Amino acid sequence: MKFSRKTKVKTEIPTSSMPDIIFMLLIFFMVTTVMKEFDGLPVLLPSAHKDAIKKLDTKRHVTHVWVDRLGTICINDKTYKIDDVRTVMWGIRAADPQLIVSMKMDKGLKMETVNSLHQEMRKADALKINYSTKTIG
Amino acid sequence: MLVENRKKHVGEIPTSSMADIAFLLLVFFLVTTTIDMDKGLGIVLPAEGQETEVSKKNITNILINAQNKVMIDKEIVDVSAIKPLIKQKITANDKLIVSLKTAPQTSYETYLKVVDQLKLANATRISIANQ
Repeated sequence: MKFSRKTKVKTEIPTSSMPDIIFMLLIFFMVTTVMKEFDGLPVLLPSAHKDAIKKLDTKRHVTHVWVDRLGTICINDKTYKIDDVRTVMWGIRAADPQLIVSMKMDKGLKMETVNSLHQEMRKADALKINYSTKTIG
Repeated sequence: MLVENRKKHVGEIPTSSMADIAFLLLVFFLVTTTIDMDKGLGIVLPAEGQETEVSKKNITNILINAQNKVMIDKEIVDVSAIKPLIKQKITANDKLIVSLKTAPQTSYETYLKVVDQLKLANATRISIANQ
């Protein structure tokens, strides 16, 4: 016996709204994208445990400070002397009150450099610091 | 007449390739977006001139010397032993402030290991001392 289908249903995905969906996705990615701006200095980051690490939830209010093994300080892809850090950071801090400073410091650095940098940050009123690390554990 | 003919030409923007263009842009932004955020150990430095006096019993001193040896309250300890020790101290006294003192020649790596341990022990009040 031959069964015949009662109804013939055409299955088709509606494509008319596809451009709209794509546009929506596009706008989402356009809004969320922050272009990579800086290359920085070559540093060997220290590592920290996963539970201790805090992720920065925004990229917009972050200023990157690189300090390499030799103590070269690089803020947003320009190198500065330690005496100039205060002025530079003050300017950045004044432009963005929600500023977070992401410190990418080499693990071979000595604490005298780190401490003097801390003092400069305090003087510039840039108090939110994030020591950039790798993850272990 | 020629003049009447002109009115029939209506300019139209071709919309058939719109989806393609949107797709192209979408792919571009997909590629350039980086989801991974910066991660690290966050601390908040005290503002200038905000130094406050605290009573001695609420302070635990952690000293790190130039040889990267760690000392808590006059006893030399291993870095990995900091977490349980501090955790114990915090449960005993929740007002505890951990004061971290380093020598100029202390390596940043050791310092960060100690901060890492303190964060693991949920020590929120960390003070970074200076000579």
